[in-house]
Amino acid sequence: MNLNLLIVIPAVTALGIVFAKGLKQVRFVAFAGALIQLVLSFTLLFLFTQERNSGNNEQFIFQAVYNWFPSLNINYHIGVDGISVAMILLTAFVVLAGVLVSWKMEKMNKEFFLLLTLLSAGAYGYFIALDLFTLFFFLEVAVIPKFLLIGIWGSGKKEYSAMKLALMLMGGSALVFVGMIGVYFSGSHSLDLITNSQSYIDESTQRIFFPFLFVGFGIFTALFPFHTWVPDGHSSAPTAASMFLAGISMKLGGYGCLRAAVYLMPEAAAYYQPVIITLSTIAIIYGAFATLMQTDLKYINAYSSVSHCGFVLLGIGMLNETAINGAVLQMVSHGLMTALFFAAIGMVYDRTHTRMVKEIGGLLKVMPFIATVFILAGLCSLGLPGLSGFVAEMTVFMGSWQNPTTMYRFATILACASIVVTAVYILRASGKTMLGPIVNNEHLTLTDARWNERLAAFVLMAAILIMGIAPFLVTDIIYPGTEVMMQHIVSNK
Amino acid sequence: MNGDILMLMKFELMVTIILFILLLLKLGKNKMSTGNLLNLVNILLGVNFIVGFFFNTTGSAFGDMFLSTPLMHLEKNILNLAILIISLQSREWLSTHKHVPEFYIILLASLSGMFFMISAQNLFMFYLGLELSTIPLAALANFDLLKRKSGEAAMKFIISSAFSSGILLFGISLLYGALGTLSFEQISITMNSQPLLILGFVMLFAGFAFKMSAVPFHLWTADVYEGAPVAVTAYLSVVSKGAIIFVFFSVLFTAFENIFISWYNFIFLISVLTMITGNLFAIRQTNLKRFLAFSSIAQVGFILIGISGNSAEGAAASVFFIVIYLFSNLGAFGVISLVSAKTGKESISDYKGFYKTNPLLAWVLALSLFSLAGIPPTAGFFGKFFLLMSGAGQNNTPLIVIAALNMIISLYYYLKVVKAMFMDSNENPIQKLSTGFQAGLAFIICIVGVLLTGLIGGCYEYIYSLIHL
Repeated sequence: MNLNLLIVIPAVTALGIVFAKGLKQVRFVAFAGALIQLVLSFTLLFLFTQERNSGNNEQFIFQAVYNWFPSLNINYHIGVDGISVAMILLTAFVVLAGVLVSWKMEKMNKEFFLLLTLLSAGAYGYFIALDLFTLFFFLEVAVIPKFLLIGIWGSGKKEYSAMKLALMLMGGSALVFVGMIGVYFSGSHSLDLITNSQSYIDESTQRIFFPFLFVGFGIFTALFPFHTWVPDGHSSAPTAASMFLAGISMKLGGYGCLRAAVYLMPEAAAYYQPVIITLSTIAIIYGAFATLMQTDLKYINAYSSVSHCGFVLLGIGMLNETAINGAVLQMVSHGLMTALFFAAIGMVYDRTHTRMVKEIGGLLKVMPFIATVFILAGLCSLGLPGLSGFVAEMTVFMGSWQNPTTMYRFATILACASIVVTAVYILRASGKTMLGPIVNNEHLTLTDARWNERLAAFVLMAAILIMGIAPFLVTDIIYPGTEVMMQHIVSNK
Repeated sequence: MNGDILMLMKFELMVTIILFILLLLKLGKNKMSTGNLLNLVNILLGVNFIVGFFFNTTGSAFGDMFLSTPLMHLEKNILNLAILIISLQSREWLSTHKHVPEFYIILLASLSGMFFMISAQNLFMFYLGLELSTIPLAALANFDLLKRKSGEAAMKFIISSAFSSGILLFGISLLYGALGTLSFEQISITMNSQPLLILGFVMLFAGFAFKMSAVPFHLWTADVYEGAPVAVTAYLSVVSKGAIIFVFFSVLFTAFENIFISWYNFIFLISVLTMITGNLFAIRQTNLKRFLAFSSIAQVGFILIGISGNSAEGAAASVFFIVIYLFSNLGAFGVISLVSAKTGKESISDYKGFYKTNPLLAWVLALSLFSLAGIPPTAGFFGKFFLLMSGAGQNNTPLIVIAALNMIISLYYYLKVVKAMFMDSNENPIQKLSTGFQAGLAFIICIVGVLLTGLIGGCYEYIYSLIHL
């Protein structure tokens, strides 16, 4: 399968949006594009499994290389393994749901859908890239659409949040850039992931440049103490952008940490392991407690994202196969769950025009569908068995417990304990807003979800349920990918 | 023999011919209307640009003082393109001006000086070209005859450039005194690190730094950019700067290659200072022209990093960056020029709500600024990436880290302008502006350049192959 299609379709969609007239045409084009992309992602999944079943054991399949800048040995190199396929599917789900919840977008709708589509093109390109230059290119492509989406369509202190997000992500990119330069001049004179993983990078070089790569990508995935863009950015963004930011954009960081930093520099990863684990444990605990204090629904979900993405970094930092599997599962699960949560919050906000917990209550009576979605997302967030969050977090804990060092055991226990805190804030928030008496009598006249919102929620809920009930469907795709990577990491660390 | 020399100097001759056509039109009895004259000039410049790609011969003339190579042809073509775009963009401003032929005569005289400078293989020839390109610029800076700021800009420019020429000449005389030759080739053979020679080199270097407004020789830049008419500011910031950078790295790489260790530290220091100063001052600016002046100072810091690589990659990255810088900066200046000519507004706060009234122009300005900030998919990303990569070839990690941090600072102030255009509301926004055909053509050239120069790998590879010849 030609993987370029994954970038071409969003690009064509974007072009179509430019020429479409009026909200109806614009949203139809955007929806059609997202739907085709979802179908394409499933086709990719199907062809990928078929290829694997027929005995193709290459680490990356459907590879293609184009000489981009031959004199510098920079190539446009793409290909997928199981991890990328899972992330591509996640992106397709979230983007489709994002388009659906923005169905009634009135203000500058053409620009809105255009930027959203461009954003998704960046994510697809990022997940299929096998050359650090290609990867970096797509990582940065997404910065400007995010800035504009938050700054123009956002709410609250949107300009501040947009600027903060753009600058912090640019800071992350700058660090990644320095790390890339380190890889390039480490002897291989190439930015290709496969070439560099096969050529040995000197350990002293690794120790210098690993922190640049890891922290750089870490900023994208809310690595403590660089998480401060997350709460502001997520809560100021419009619903679809919040879904994208938390659902996909934060995963770019985790994916980069795994694919570039740890994979290329395993020795340095082992060397810095205590730091990574300490920081991610702090993020988990700090995020959970900070969520307890929040009164704005979007801030609640944003801070809980900091906590949940801490699990991703904790899993990666443990450097064993189970934990890294857990980290990838957590990326997918958190992506789906948080997108669903933001969608539900957006639907509530559209109707009640408030996101403050104390100003809403008893919504289950007036909008049962939205309330159910909200509660389901919350339960997934606190790790209820049967939903995807449980599978992912459980795998991370099992993996991190395999690490017998006292300090890491301690970190694991702390991380497990954070689930109790998660339960407190999730149950408190959903109990207060969805159950109980109606606080504001004007809310009695509100309507339940429209078809587009129902469809968006349904798409995401289906994915969460399937992953929770039949996790093997997802793990079968991911595990072979992580296995090859882990063999490489373990044999070198 | 004579015919060969004429063909070697084809670029210079073409410019001179256009210059004389304009002179005859000016002196002739039948006056053309301004509109027709501008159309004619733009056609002539277009022809000049196209002819630049054909009938190119390589070789040297005047006892090896004048050299013509494929790389130089490309550099001259780049400048020709910039002149064409500037001319198309400034139509709006010039159509109300009384002295159109004079404007182009002075402009083209300066351009031919730059061509001589690029081809120079001898410090004498180089100095001649430099002065020919600089002195007309002072007259151009004063071209808004009734504006006092314009006169002030011209005065500042002429004094500071006279001063820098003095330093440059002093450096040249020291080098000549010690080495007994002015030819680059001879200098490169005998150059060594004697204190006198280093002193001569430093003076020469300072002269260059003045012309390309590197810190600490940048103080004239902002005032001159602000006071001069927008078209002249665009010319100063793109053509003039581009030409001097072309010459700068070719002089460094040919004549002074032996003392690389000495000049590496200069360049390192100056590029760091230039980036930081340019960026920090740009944050505080409220006038768009001053803002672009400081941003262009910061860009010079980045170019110096590429040059510090002292490699074919560094040279290629610098030329490549100049091409990108041309498209992005002229895209930005084009919008500013149009707005300034029609409304007289030049402050960043005037651009609040610009997107509501002029969406296309706002996108042009935004894309140009993204390219200057180095955000993909615009070409600026590739330009900066390659500059830093060739600079990193010297294994100087601190330099790369400083540069990367500077990219964050620069993103902040470019985004401030974008924020003003797209997010802020304004009760009295700039009204809807109509773009004429020619200015529209210039915008299309700029945007296509901004979007495609980087994505199409062939552009960089072509430049690289010319340098490797």
